[in-house]
Amino acid sequence: MLLIAALFDPMQFVENLRYMGLGMLGIFIVIGTIALLTVLLNRLTAKEQDEQPEQKG
Amino acid sequence: MEVLYQNLLNLDVKMVIMWLIGGVLIYLAIKKDMEPTLLLPMGFGAILVNLPLSGAITQGLEEGPLSILYRAGIANELFPLILFIGIGAMIDFGPLLSNPVLMLFGAAAQFGIFFTLCTASMFFDINDAASIAIIGAADGPTSIVVGQKLNSNYIGAIMVAAYSYMALVPIIQPPIIKLLTTKKERKIRMEYTQKPVSKTTRILFPIFITIIAGLIAPASVALVGFLMFGNLIRECGVLDSLSETAQKALANLVTIFLGITIASQMQAENFLKGETLLILFLGLVAFIFDTAGGVIFAKILNIFLKKKINPMIGAAGISAFPMSGRVVHKLALKEDPTNFLLMQATGVNVSGQIASVIAGGLILNFFLH
Repeated sequence: MLLIAALFDPMQFVENLRYMGLGMLGIFIVIGTIALLTVLLNRLTAKEQDEQPEQKG
Repeated sequence: MEVLYQNLLNLDVKMVIMWLIGGVLIYLAIKKDMEPTLLLPMGFGAILVNLPLSGAITQGLEEGPLSILYRAGIANELFPLILFIGIGAMIDFGPLLSNPVLMLFGAAAQFGIFFTLCTASMFFDINDAASIAIIGAADGPTSIVVGQKLNSNYIGAIMVAAYSYMALVPIIQPPIIKLLTTKKERKIRMEYTQKPVSKTTRILFPIFITIIAGLIAPASVALVGFLMFGNLIRECGVLDSLSETAQKALANLVTIFLGITIASQMQAENFLKGETLLILFLGLVAFIFDTAGGVIFAKILNIFLKKKINPMIGAAGISAFPMSGRVVHKLALKEDPTNFLLMQATGVNVSGQIASVIAGGLILNFFLH
């Protein structure tokens, strides 16, 4: 606990905010790309899907 | 006669405290059904390794089986990665594939990881802070891999926090969701249309995810790759027997060894520190801000959307599959017994599984040198 008290540095929060920005940006880029690709895949294989009936819930 | 009691002299109060902690974990696993597959082995292991001169762990030159297992399966991240094959084989990405836009909520609900990274960095060096932050991935294997790769000094506490909070999702999430949403918002209905998903899409999805994640966050490729390999086995349609083995026998076997091996890091001298309490607190912060990130993202989207989204589904992006999806579903039913959000919440929940692994990869990209 003494070690933690010695390490405590509030400025680190501000300094590392860039990782928050970069991290969230990175996740949205990767997930966004995957989502777009999935839409594309669904469209390209729509003919295959048409063979199955659509379900509503 | 002395030989019968001399080891008792090596017993100290810290060990007894660890027995109590082990007992609490076993109680929570059995009585409260909280992640019993992991909390029970961890609880028993905590007692096992905290017996004086325990032969289960290495003592001097005498190697213990749990220490050997730790080196063989956790220090090199093998156990969590193999477990990911089983998890991948268990996940049905169908609800997500038919509504790909749900994936964005999974991304938003990783906010807690990065917020906790900043918070933890005030107290710990950056590698330990990053390892603690990944508790917010709500995903045990990802936490183990990141913590190990970043060589964290607090892997035992991180594991206990990760698995305990996953089990506590039904207690942690509802008050946060209620705090951030109005009754009217919680009653929003979302029509669910189950669009059929082609087999080609189901097969190509895990392959494409692996490629994309690998290109952008190469450090995540083992995590994502093993998860998606398991899913490919499930979806390919020609490996049903392997899929069943991965989902049941393989996952169960690894889980048995994973829990008890993690406990080898719960020796009193490493675990009973002020830092452990702080890590448990920071883990809670990560879960709270993950939940808040998902809910607030949905509320922001609602400003621009004509057809409103029930913001509660954002909370399901926390990963913690399938608990958080069920939590959202139950909360919606509580507000309106005819409002069914299970499928939407499940879709968001599996997207959270993918996003949390990618978040782990990004963290490794930032700090693994």
